[in-house]
Amino acid sequence: MYLAKVIGTVWATRKDENLRTLKLQFIQPINAKREKTGDPLVAVDTIGAGPGETVFYITAREAVIPLPVEMAPVDASIVGIIDRIDPHKP
Amino acid sequence: MVLGKVVGTVWATRKDEELVGMKFLIVRHLDVQHKLKETFVVAVDTVQAGVGDVVLVTSGSSARQTAVTKNKPVDAVIVAVVDKLDIQD
Repeated sequence: MYLAKVIGTVWATRKDENLRTLKLQFIQPINAKREKTGDPLVAVDTIGAGPGETVFYITAREAVIPLPVEMAPVDASIVGIIDRIDPHKP
Repeated sequence: MVLGKVVGTVWATRKDEELVGMKFLIVRHLDVQHKLKETFVVAVDTVQAGVGDVVLVTSGSSARQTAVTKNKPVDAVIVAVVDKLDIQD
């Protein structure tokens, strides 16, 4: 699982049948210090996250598991909204 | 899923039997500002996308989770044509 910030929403009318009911969010991966890292990507939002919120997301085939459909071409899903990060000093 | 723009079509007569009938498009990756990146991917089209369309591409084993690509040797698939991108950052 990875951390990211929700930076936007994607609107698409023409899409795969199984994506029809799903909300697509644009997210920017961040590190534990909340700094941007890597390229933004699009993830399915299964928990109702909004722009500006810090979330954690899963990738690859596992991203289909939290969805309400059995099969969907999804490779990233937001599975939680982060309340707080407590980094422990080494 | 990543954002991309369709910039071309790939034609291949000799290919895996499972791929017969599929449409292959060249998708250049896009950044948030809709600027083309240098990298691209060849993806199977499942939503009748055309050249110039901004699309979402799913890759890896998730690409096999559509009616068209189920159990087929495919690792990138176009799953949506993007109408609008709302960036609030």
